[in-house]
Amino acid sequence: MTVVYEDLGDEAEGAAVPVRRIRFSINGKKMIAEVEPRLLLSHLIRRGIGLTGTHMGCDTTNCGACTVLVKGPGEAGGGRPVKSCTMLAVQVDGREITTVEGLAMKGAGEAGGGLHPLQEGFKEEHGLQCGFCTPGMMMAAKALLDENPDPTEEDVRWALSGNLCRCTGYQNIVKSVLWAAAKLRAESAG
Amino acid sequence: MTQALDEIKIGGLGASRKRVEDDRFIRGKGNYTDDITLPGMLHMEILRSPLAHARIKSIDASKAWDIPGVHLVLTGDMMATRNLAWMPTLSYDTQAVLATDKVRFQGQEVACVIADDPYIAKDACEAIDVDYEPLPVIVNPTQAVADGAPVIRDDKENQAGNVIYHWEVGDAAGTDRAFEQADVISRLQLHYPRSHPSPIECCGSIADFNRATSKLTVYMTTQAPHIIRAAVALVAELPEQMIRIISPDIGGGFGNKVPVYPGYVCSILASILLERPVKWIEDKTGNLISTGFARDVYLDGEMALRRDGKILGVRMGCDADHGAFFSDAQPSKFKLGLIHSAFAAYDIPVAHLMARGIYTNKAPGGVAYRCSFRVTEAMFFQERMVQAAADDLGMDQAEFRRMNFVKDEDFPHRTPLGFLTDSGQYAKCLDVGLKAVGYEDFRKRQEEARARGRLLGLGISTMTEPLGAGNSREYDILGIKMFDSAELKVHMTGKAIVRTGARGQGQGHETTWAQIVAHELGIPAEDIVVEEGDTDTAPFGMGTYASRSTPVAGAAVAMVSRKIRAKARKLAAHLLEVSEEDVEWELGRFYVRSAPDRGVTIQECAMAAYSNMPDGMEPGLENTAYYDPPNLTWPFAVYIVTVEVDPATGVWDVLTTVAVDDCGIRINPMIVEGQIMGGLTEAYAMANMQFITFDAEGNCIGSNYMDYLLPTAWETPGFELHSEVVTPCPHHPIGAKGIGECAAVGGPAAFVNAVIDALTGTGVRNIDMPLLPDRVWEAITYRRDVSGAPPVRSDD
Repeated sequence: MTVVYEDLGDEAEGAAVPVRRIRFSINGKKMIAEVEPRLLLSHLIRRGIGLTGTHMGCDTTNCGACTVLVKGPGEAGGGRPVKSCTMLAVQVDGREITTVEGLAMKGAGEAGGGLHPLQEGFKEEHGLQCGFCTPGMMMAAKALLDENPDPTEEDVRWALSGNLCRCTGYQNIVKSVLWAAAKLRAESAG
Repeated sequence: MTQALDEIKIGGLGASRKRVEDDRFIRGKGNYTDDITLPGMLHMEILRSPLAHARIKSIDASKAWDIPGVHLVLTGDMMATRNLAWMPTLSYDTQAVLATDKVRFQGQEVACVIADDPYIAKDACEAIDVDYEPLPVIVNPTQAVADGAPVIRDDKENQAGNVIYHWEVGDAAGTDRAFEQADVISRLQLHYPRSHPSPIECCGSIADFNRATSKLTVYMTTQAPHIIRAAVALVAELPEQMIRIISPDIGGGFGNKVPVYPGYVCSILASILLERPVKWIEDKTGNLISTGFARDVYLDGEMALRRDGKILGVRMGCDADHGAFFSDAQPSKFKLGLIHSAFAAYDIPVAHLMARGIYTNKAPGGVAYRCSFRVTEAMFFQERMVQAAADDLGMDQAEFRRMNFVKDEDFPHRTPLGFLTDSGQYAKCLDVGLKAVGYEDFRKRQEEARARGRLLGLGISTMTEPLGAGNSREYDILGIKMFDSAELKVHMTGKAIVRTGARGQGQGHETTWAQIVAHELGIPAEDIVVEEGDTDTAPFGMGTYASRSTPVAGAAVAMVSRKIRAKARKLAAHLLEVSEEDVEWELGRFYVRSAPDRGVTIQECAMAAYSNMPDGMEPGLENTAYYDPPNLTWPFAVYIVTVEVDPATGVWDVLTTVAVDDCGIRINPMIVEGQIMGGLTEAYAMANMQFITFDAEGNCIGSNYMDYLLPTAWETPGFELHSEVVTPCPHHPIGAKGIGECAAVGGPAAFVNAVIDALTGTGVRNIDMPLLPDRVWEAITYRRDVSGAPPVRSDD
């Protein structure tokens, strides 16, 4: 982050914060950032890039609200789910990140506003209330559906067990993911 | 020939309309407090006390001041020079904003740093050197009232010990007489453990004081923005018209975001001093160890019974652990909230309740965690007591309840502790639940399983919850009456905006308030936008908690719609060139009684209000309604849970969960069911894993999500919901009752009763929540109750 402060003439020499330059892509867009080594990925995404859809709930890797997908060079698929509050920004150097803002990018402007079936499913099955856990839930669910297009209820519950929701009781979240899975299967069959 | 609209098609009452707010949330475009960035914004972090009770000998913040990027370090002494070291609570007590003399609980706010960046502010907090002298720590009421216990609140004059209040309700002498006539007296003692609402989003604020205009704007995570505005005006002595509180999207509240917290106050003062926006976002540990907890009440009671099962009277005692400051957010007249709503569903001639509030070295802020002010404790004790009484009498659990229920024809009914319930079909709800769970069949299977060494159990819980405070005669917070409001503006094209004094946090107000207007006016719900949470634009209201939004603000939405309809009728008469008496209404349209095909739509009336009003009529089609409910609303529910307990490990699994909720008219059935499932999950959580406790030194056990367990999708059972019983509220304009909290209130006892039922024959009457496997195993193995919160467990 950029820091500007008053020069009182009393600053010790060499106290400058070390900065690392990293290159990565987020939602398909290539980026360069200069970051403190201790900066959390979640803060890079939220404050540095200004994508506030990735929420921070607990800062201790428990709640999963900050889940994003991270894909390493040469890895197949859409990326692995990562709780971005426990990954350092410098660790995404050379990697691809997908956040909730990147879910709906394909076919924007089409009917349904180019939403990902998971986004439609969450609305259709009332899979959210306050909406705070929702982006992380959808990203974790996307990672599941990328690997397993036809999950059982139990598969979904297990895949989302790293993401906490205090509003819904999960039943409708599970239904939302199954709704999306069915739609994705129908789309790929059609 | 009338041409009424199809109400479901226009998204009116009873439509399971998809939620409007989802469109932004599913795109990651919600606007929560931490998502807001203002130009020149600084960041605040709080230094908290590591000790539960200690004298502050000195605070040296010089190293923190020296860190580049630090703009301000606030300490208690600095707050004191501005008369802000202490603030009044919502319960007529005082609470330290930043500690001056002592710290009184672990996590108490000691200093604040405001810096360019939150990382710098955190570094600077660590550079502050506080010298503490540890003091003896009190972590439960027993220690607090023991001889020689240190007085925690020695800052207060005339506070001799640690008792905050004694409060008594009911008829003591009459209850004594009932107990003299009893054939059987059943007793039960239990502890409802401390819990935390723990929304996923923590608390936070951005204070923005503009010296040029003298206006203070505060974006904050509050369920009650108007109360905050009043509090800021009174505490900070700022003119109320210069204070604007904006509550953006809230990532869950559950009562946690009702109180005023020191962090809010410090961010406001910092912004005034620095003349820059100051953002404070709490971390999870800060949230769990310092903000509004819930429950923590020791309950004991006894029930006077006739041999045939009739309940003759009840005595109930409550020792409430309020922590270091009495800052419960609740109606001021009732010291322990609405705990005296206990036993409201049963026809009990007489009862008496004694409550005592106690200071301990624990976090303050007893909040109505998904309940209407301590109703959860009341209903839990009620249903645990009822189960114990039926067991003592050797009666069937369902039959004992049915026999003692208030009968359908006996409403309105005065409860033994003073409430007036007005409607319900209690026995019918029970029948639906028993049928759904296959009661008789389950009892047979239970016996067969027991013969093979398997422990099955069935627990019933019922509840009627007083929801929707006021009326204003009895309910106020610091003298401010508990009514609510709605403003409706119909534009000339027939589209509209509704604003209310409530503030939703996931309940779907943006969807459901429009449905009420659609029901009253026939304007399609999609043509109506709903806005809440900005005190500069919303009419005054008391906010959203205690399931009061639909009962009070929702009623105001209906009433303001009717005011609009009354004016539209005059416009219709003018357009149709008939007298007003000759105009009839059907959904969305006025017509001439004698010629029904001659009519005008509500949209045509709206246009006329701006373009063709009759002579002398005030232009426009807008109005505001303030609604003071005549009574609370009284939803009723039956929850039935079946479990299997593993005797070797004490682990228990839920087999079925059946919920029968009668909440009157459902505005949006989909949303109602979502609320019920959310509540059931919190009930399961409290029964199974979720609690906050303290060790003997006052260290909070449960200060993060590794220690404070919340259920995930993996553990949470599935739910079966029933909506076939509908008893409209007799006084609510559309017959609705509160629903958001019922399952969290009534649910816990169903889970606990099921486990206790599975242990029939062991003599175990009580295991305190949460029913962790080690507790259940201990109860089974040693055939004894496992009661009391650590560290006062007798065997520790």
